[in-house]
Amino acid sequence: MTQPVVELLGVFPCCASAASAVRSIRNEQLGELVVYSPTPDHGLDTALDAPVSSVRLFVLIGGLLGCATGFAFPIYTVLEWPLITGGKALISIPPFVVIAFELTILLGALGGMAGFLWLSKLPRITGESAPDKRFTNDMTGITVTCSPEQIESVRTCFERTGASEIRELP
Amino acid sequence: MTLAKINDDILNTLRPPSATYYAAVLLAVSALSLGLAAFLHQARTGLGVAGYEHPILWGIYITDFVFWVGIAHSGTLISAVLFLFRARWRTAVARASEAMTVFAVATAGLFPIIHIGRPWFFYWLIPYPNERELWVNFRSPLIWDVFAITTYLTVSAMFLYLGLMPDIAAARDKITDWRRPIYRLLSFGWLGSNKQWRHYTALYGFFAALATPLVISVHSVVSWDFAMSILPGWHSTIFAPYFVAGAIFSGLAMVITLLVPMRRLFKLEPYITVHHFENLAKLMLATSLIVGYAYLTEFFIAWYSGSPFEQGTFFDRMFGQYWGYSWMMFTCNVILPLLLFWKTVRTSLKALFVMSIFVNIGMWLERYVIIVTSLSHDFDPANWGGIYQPTWVEAAITVGSFGMFFTLFLLFIKNFPAVSITEMKEAVGHSPKTETSEIV
Repeated sequence: MTQPVVELLGVFPCCASAASAVRSIRNEQLGELVVYSPTPDHGLDTALDAPVSSVRLFVLIGGLLGCATGFAFPIYTVLEWPLITGGKALISIPPFVVIAFELTILLGALGGMAGFLWLSKLPRITGESAPDKRFTNDMTGITVTCSPEQIESVRTCFERTGASEIRELP
Repeated sequence: MTLAKINDDILNTLRPPSATYYAAVLLAVSALSLGLAAFLHQARTGLGVAGYEHPILWGIYITDFVFWVGIAHSGTLISAVLFLFRARWRTAVARASEAMTVFAVATAGLFPIIHIGRPWFFYWLIPYPNERELWVNFRSPLIWDVFAITTYLTVSAMFLYLGLMPDIAAARDKITDWRRPIYRLLSFGWLGSNKQWRHYTALYGFFAALATPLVISVHSVVSWDFAMSILPGWHSTIFAPYFVAGAIFSGLAMVITLLVPMRRLFKLEPYITVHHFENLAKLMLATSLIVGYAYLTEFFIAWYSGSPFEQGTFFDRMFGQYWGYSWMMFTCNVILPLLLFWKTVRTSLKALFVMSIFVNIGMWLERYVIIVTSLSHDFDPANWGGIYQPTWVEAAITVGSFGMFFTLFLLFIKNFPAVSITEMKEAVGHSPKTETSEIV
């Protein structure tokens, strides 16, 4: 049988106080938290001890794939369909470098975009906003998913760190 | 300056437009319609309606192509290169510049298609399995162009969209009119959660890192369309850096041309300050000096080469039948920008606006001069007499390209935040005492 859980939302007027709340909640191991903010914030990242994004792997894989394709595709096709121009060698590496370079960038960027969307769980078909519309405006929010016994501790933690509003989410 | 005020001020630019805005759109759409009509006339009648005559078989369309690709470049400089250099002042002008990049590349991409005579076969340039018994030549700079421009358009569009995503979400959560469902769709369901921001900032940095070498490669490839030939006036090793510097120079001028009226129209004075324009002017001055140095180097190398054909082409360029274009180009691109050494000029928006128009004209003429004078003075003296006379069709299509560019830009700035809300908030931070004028 699964444990009943509740979700508590704290609204903060600035990222610094939200970062303090994050640190407290993590130190006291009060539950799973998600932070919503109108901008990226290094203080929050540090408080969350967030790992480095894996987007870089997608960019790397896309870039390598693009580079390999950029060489392999022209080489394969010039051998399949020989078209000798200006007495140049069929496999002319310098001109193919241009194709390989462009495809490295193109597939690297496409790979990065695909990775970003996948890791960020986007697009979300419903297109609904965060728990509060102010989180894309000027407020920072923290939702904590915890057990009913922990809810008071979370509320106290929110109050102590300067939350302007605290409410339980349905 | 608070985050809420930034949010409100920038989203206020999406409010129903003024009569001035409608007048600008009407003008741009009229120009676009004229270009479209001329293009349809050319498509029905044939490429003969353009003023091409042997040996000048590249004319205004290729001039327009190089011009518009060049315009795109400063957008990437501002959005990607200055981002990597952590130049904070770029924040206010980056979004408009990025949008300009995408629309300029899209406009540029049409010209090779318009130029090929049978535009409905443009897809033959794309290498894919087919039964035509034709295949592209990967050793040709024209095919490199296809790869470079396609990559540039795709990456620039994704870069623009990535930056827009949180701002569209802010619009979705604020705007209540008929556009809300569209913003909801286009925001991809952006939440602004810590996880999303972490991947977002990582990808934004990678896009900047990828776009920086890309922008240099694109205009280098465009310059090799000319430099890989053996034609005097084109066959030059300095063409790649010369074209890249010229591209950024012309693009900066276009950024100023667009931002001065946009700032006034949308009352963005607190966000786009005179300081931003001064920085743009400094960059314009630096690139103008590089362009001027490249012009002089070309002449020196032509003289130093000892080749009578090379010397003849450059002498003809300045004193032959196209002398007027060349001197006007030199005046607009090298002489006039020297005024930017004076701070009073750099900080006067009227002066900058006028100068940006002259630089736009000068840089268009530069491409015209490079293409037409070189073709008109090849190795065969029998060819040297003719003058390329552009027809009304070419002129109308050129006007149409400006119409298309300005229409897209005007529609963009009225429907999407023209200044990055996220970056502006990030720059101001969460300290309400910070003023936007401090973002320099």
